[in-house]
Amino acid sequence: MTEAPRLVARDRPELILGDHGLCPGCGEPVALRILLEVLEELDIVRRSIGVVGHGCYGSFVQIMDVEVLQCLHGRAPSCATGIKRVRPGTVVFTMQGDGDMVNEGLQEVLHTAARGENVTCILLNNGVFGDTGGHQTATTVVGQRTKTSLDGRNPETHGYPIPVADLAASLAGVCYVARGAVSTAGGVARTKRMLRCAFEHQLAGHGFGLVEILTMCPTGWFVPAGSGPDYLTSSLEAAYPLGELPLRGHA
Amino acid sequence: MNGTVPARQLLDGCAAITESAIAAGCRFFAGYPMSPFTGLLENMSRRLPQVGGHCLNAESEIEAVNMALGAAAAGVRAATGSCGQGLALMQETIAELALNELPLVIVNMARNQQDYFQATRGGGWGDYRTITLAPKDVPEAVEHAQLLFHLADRYRAPVLLYGDPLIAQTHVSVDVAARDFGQLPAKDWALDGTSGGTGHSRQIWTWAMGKVSAPGPGPDRHWRAVAAKFEQIARDEARSETHQIDGAETVVVAFGSAGLFVEHVVDELRADGHRVGLFRPVTLWPFPGADLAVATRNASRVLVFELNAGQMLDDVRQFAHDRGVVRFIGGVSIHASGLSFGPLLDAAPIRSRILEATA
Amino acid sequence: MSRGIVTIDTERCKGCDLCIQACPPKVLEMSAEVNEMGYRFPILHDGCTGCTACQLVCPDYVFAVYRFDSP
Repeated sequence: MTEAPRLVARDRPELILGDHGLCPGCGEPVALRILLEVLEELDIVRRSIGVVGHGCYGSFVQIMDVEVLQCLHGRAPSCATGIKRVRPGTVVFTMQGDGDMVNEGLQEVLHTAARGENVTCILLNNGVFGDTGGHQTATTVVGQRTKTSLDGRNPETHGYPIPVADLAASLAGVCYVARGAVSTAGGVARTKRMLRCAFEHQLAGHGFGLVEILTMCPTGWFVPAGSGPDYLTSSLEAAYPLGELPLRGHA
Repeated sequence: MNGTVPARQLLDGCAAITESAIAAGCRFFAGYPMSPFTGLLENMSRRLPQVGGHCLNAESEIEAVNMALGAAAAGVRAATGSCGQGLALMQETIAELALNELPLVIVNMARNQQDYFQATRGGGWGDYRTITLAPKDVPEAVEHAQLLFHLADRYRAPVLLYGDPLIAQTHVSVDVAARDFGQLPAKDWALDGTSGGTGHSRQIWTWAMGKVSAPGPGPDRHWRAVAAKFEQIARDEARSETHQIDGAETVVVAFGSAGLFVEHVVDELRADGHRVGLFRPVTLWPFPGADLAVATRNASRVLVFELNAGQMLDDVRQFAHDRGVVRFIGGVSIHASGLSFGPLLDAAPIRSRILEATA
Repeated sequence: MSRGIVTIDTERCKGCDLCIQACPPKVLEMSAEVNEMGYRFPILHDGCTGCTACQLVCPDYVFAVYRFDSP
């Protein structure tokens, strides 16, 4: 007699309403899935408001069944501040790429962190402006080839990448900073726990939280879809070590 | 008079606008210090927490207006502002507010009248307009502040109050009690989280594509609809005032504090037998062109007096009954500090320019 | 003998190969045919442990994972 197997993992949460249309091997849909799973598991979907910036992930606003304000490039932390101040009972998060948060919006996220706004900022970091076709950002790593650093990022002409999570971790007002990656099964599971931890801090009113998620962008990295995880591990992880960052801003 | 707490108080313009906004239900303000706007931020900072509101001294003008955008998206009456130089940084977000159909009151406590183009043409992107009210004095600013919260909510758009240093810093006895402009629909579009997980979760997006389960109009239909809304506003919300316009051969056109000075000079000149009157646009946008055409129907001269190199002049030329009789008698006139009006904003030079133009 | 089993939405797959790499017992193999979008998709062989590695890494939400409580 055959026994019916028990479901241990659904393909996608009900909060994802349709297909995303992003490139094969893109890490951003993995980040979306674990974010929405965490909202479901914490039972905070009906209190949540997402502030989504501009990038490939911008199209997620059409498929995520959560209230969303789509905002100007870089400005999500400020919009999140306004929402959370007037509706402190909601759970407010931002979803921003590295071009959005670390280029256009660097001062916004750092000011929001320093003010200790009780919101959770989520950085999808693939070291490239994917949506515009693969251009250098402030997190592009040394040696990484993009359409505006064709021979690889060279410190003499292009300077160095900015580890925004480390900057945030140096500020008082910050209660949680972590960096995960969705390049391996273990990494996905650990990153999901980081997201859960960040939202638990917000629910407890502890201050500002930042979760940086390294995501694969094989198109922007000029590698085959299947090579994304290896490229992430060998190139991005060296510049952006994974784990929960120690908070240095508190006495 | 006897024993009641007066709604009438002696306040400078910044304090008066603050009280008026609070009376209208404003409960969120964010701003960045810049003269002569700073008094508004200071007053809001002191008063809003007293009424359960929030005031943030933002780290930049861009952050201030985006914080206010967030508060507005959450359904709260919100405001921000600066002077023209700071408003220059807010232009992208003003367009975003217009195309997102979010209400927000923005105060340009300007240093002079050189921001007319900025206010009426806008420096953002796309097809949008900004309702702009230009009070001539503090009492009118008090009225306009409350009216703007009503208009912002009624039309779901960012709206602008064009003030200046005289309005900001002059103390006047004003009545800041709440005015009733009529009922407005509930803000069922505002974000509060509660529609999450229903398949119809709320979405505020300039492209208005909606969700795959509940598609929106998309950018083409949405932006057409927004443009059509502003065309409707242009038909319905133009405001102007005239002073001693009957039988005027010379019509002087002026806005804001300049209008107040011209009003006084017109009275002087009328007493001396000159047939001169004032047409004062109250809304800079929509510019009251139809009213202007009527008011200048019999004028042999239309003189534009504004403290800039000629900005409202363009609108007067477009709408005056006879474009050929329009002349510019204003000019750039800046105080030595750079922060306020120069010597041209005074009765004597205004009088002599009007007489020179009518000689 | 498999402790687990997965369902595979072959039409959603974009052929990125990440599941092939992630599967610890190596029981996934890309097909020879292609789906409607033109991508090859994974096929499951015996020996699945129901560990959910494929479901965790998949960007296109192709996998639902099941376990047999008695193998």
